[in-house]
Amino acid sequence: MSLYFDHNATTPLDERVLETMLPWLREGYANAASLHRGGREARAAIDHAREQVAALAGAHPGQVVFTAGGTEADNLAVKGLAARLPRGRVLVGSMEHPAVLEAAQALAPHGWQVDEIPAGADGRYDLTGLREQLAAGDVRLVAAMAANNETGALQDTAAIAEAAREAGALFHCDAVQLAGKGMLRYPETGAHTLALSAHKIYGPKGVGALILDKGVDIEPQLHGGGHEGGLRAGTENTAGIVGFGAAAELAAAELEERYAGLLTLRDRLEGGLSGMPGVTVFAEHVARLPNTVQFAVPGYEGEGLLMSLDRHGIAVSSGSACASGRGEPSHVLLAMGIDPTVAYGAVRVSLGRDNSAEDVDSFLATLRELTSAGAAMPSLNPAVLAG
Amino acid sequence: MDAIYLDNAASAPLDPAVREAMLPYLAGVANPASGHGPGRRAGAAVETARERVAALIGAAPDEIVWTSGATEADNLAIAGPAAFAGGPGHIVTTAIEHKAVLDPVRRLARAGWRVTELGVDAGGRVDPAELAAALADDTVLVSVMHVNNETGTIQDLAAIGEHVRAHGAVFHVDAAQSLGKLPLSADAVGADLISLSAHKLHGPQGVGALYVRRRPRARLAPILHGGGHEQGLRPGTLPVHQVVGMGAACALAGERMAAERAAIARRRDRLWTRLAGLGGVRRHGDADHTVSGILNVGVAGVHGEALLAGLTLGEPALAVSSGAACSDARAGSSYVLRAMGLTPVQAAASLRFSLGRFTTDDDIERAADRVIEEVTRLRALAPSAADPDAIAGAA
Repeated sequence: MSLYFDHNATTPLDERVLETMLPWLREGYANAASLHRGGREARAAIDHAREQVAALAGAHPGQVVFTAGGTEADNLAVKGLAARLPRGRVLVGSMEHPAVLEAAQALAPHGWQVDEIPAGADGRYDLTGLREQLAAGDVRLVAAMAANNETGALQDTAAIAEAAREAGALFHCDAVQLAGKGMLRYPETGAHTLALSAHKIYGPKGVGALILDKGVDIEPQLHGGGHEGGLRAGTENTAGIVGFGAAAELAAAELEERYAGLLTLRDRLEGGLSGMPGVTVFAEHVARLPNTVQFAVPGYEGEGLLMSLDRHGIAVSSGSACASGRGEPSHVLLAMGIDPTVAYGAVRVSLGRDNSAEDVDSFLATLRELTSAGAAMPSLNPAVLAG
Repeated sequence: MDAIYLDNAASAPLDPAVREAMLPYLAGVANPASGHGPGRRAGAAVETARERVAALIGAAPDEIVWTSGATEADNLAIAGPAAFAGGPGHIVTTAIEHKAVLDPVRRLARAGWRVTELGVDAGGRVDPAELAAALADDTVLVSVMHVNNETGTIQDLAAIGEHVRAHGAVFHVDAAQSLGKLPLSADAVGADLISLSAHKLHGPQGVGALYVRRRPRARLAPILHGGGHEQGLRPGTLPVHQVVGMGAACALAGERMAAERAAIARRRDRLWTRLAGLGGVRRHGDADHTVSGILNVGVAGVHGEALLAGLTLGEPALAVSSGAACSDARAGSSYVLRAMGLTPVQAAASLRFSLGRFTTDDDIERAADRVIEEVTRLRALAPSAADPDAIAGAA
């Protein structure tokens, strides 16, 4: 058995996307900055992809800056916006991806005060806490995600944007997880900048984008060569960008169908989990991504369950792929005020368009087997035992 | 592309063997940072690729940090040591570096760093003694490219590296144009940091690497933050197919380097012999110290823009460049050629031919025919422009 339930970490490349990329891995090898025919053809393909990505995000093609991924897009936004602002406070969501959190923390040595937007126990940012932070003054930049990668909780970005703008701050929104799984309209998010990634929407790894209004003053983070309107230097990865465009177009065209399919699977999965005694589903009571369920089984450590499931050919995550193997509980769950002993138990299932109802049933059966009375407890953490 | 492709220094065709190595990982699913089976398999492929890249420059695998390309590697190599050093100091570089080095260096200059941009001789070479004399107490970083992207001129890295090592500054080498084309040993040149690119080496676009010396450890701060990948020096989900492609490209280049160098140099020499027959054509660079795949020539009696347009738009179309691809979109002649003493007019009437693994004898003959035809046509159209003094020392 081989079941993949880790689509928030990365998705399999859609075969239709691969087909669009292959010509650019064969004859379309020219440098898109070159003036000869091959270069001009690559440039035209990149510009077409720019339109496709813009359409997915409800943006204008001129608002798309291609990067090497979501992490670079987040870095460009947070550090690039800050570099053109007077020094002050940056408010960063406590449940953000490390790409945003660490980019914000990197501002501290440059004279910025880094403060966090508190999270509520429900998995959403605490808007009252946000407004208090803003009222304290001097906030120049706010960074908050559209959807959390671990719990799937959707954030009220429109309200965050409104509060940030009222306080005179810019707002960066990491939309890496929402794109392709929910409706994303750049103007409606209220964000000044939006980060996107291709490999979370069945596109290739190694390419992402920052959506930004050209009226927003931003400092490039990679220099040399004047690519991407001077905002991002480096020879364009034509095949990757073309793949991103194709993946974006498919995601937009199939959004409703994918959403409905994922939600059906998620309901089936949660139905099964609710029949297991004591299982906690995190951010259970708020609107979430249609594909994401993060839960804990009492007495079982998440990393241990992950390994046991892996031995059965089932790929899940305990949280963010980037944090795997560190043996620390999820910063997202801790920010929500979840007890660390419970947070140690977190398992994240993130479904995809390649999963079926049978896959979900197999997963539930294996999980029940692994956690039934008498089953060997997988590598229990002392902290959990103490709890 | 029906065009005759002589722009390998801008981007070289992906080798079919490299593409085949990439495809299973392009179709594959996992994030190499994930702890499950698919993630571990992706991680193993990444490590094999890392070994292959390291082997080509005599490095250890844990000295290779993946990046999105040589531009990012150059940015990390300049801004990283500067950030680690804290306050402003002194940087030594050359006037002919790629923009991916010069732009970050000039940003540091605006932030209060003292910058020495060394000039070059008429062949485009830096004088190692002049570089040694430029080193000061507060010199933090020295950045010198191995092979120039426009002229192909090779720098005397061993001599330069000896001076830098004796001084103690961090020594960065941009090897985007030399990787796999010339023998390059991190230890032999004494480099602390080396920027590498895949797509100049018949690998994929969008991936590169920075060699970071372990012993003694090169000290630098990351320029991208978040996630702790690549020993904390470079975050972001690794594009597995891309790094596998770079590994495959390096392995192939390592096997074939000696034979390929000779074959490409022979074709380059043939092209030069034919173009020289036109008269009023001058070769730029240092013929005794040049990479085999690049031939940069100045053509007297024609306007550079007209010549480039005629060649790239004519039939058969010739894919060549006036210099660096990323400068193409900008107005102005090559700063590299001007640093070598050419006038702006001379520099503008220049062509860079760059050959690769897939360049054939027939490509060379057809390209030469086409250039000779076009230059002859343009000179006949504007005989007054055929001023022999426009190219000093024309061959």
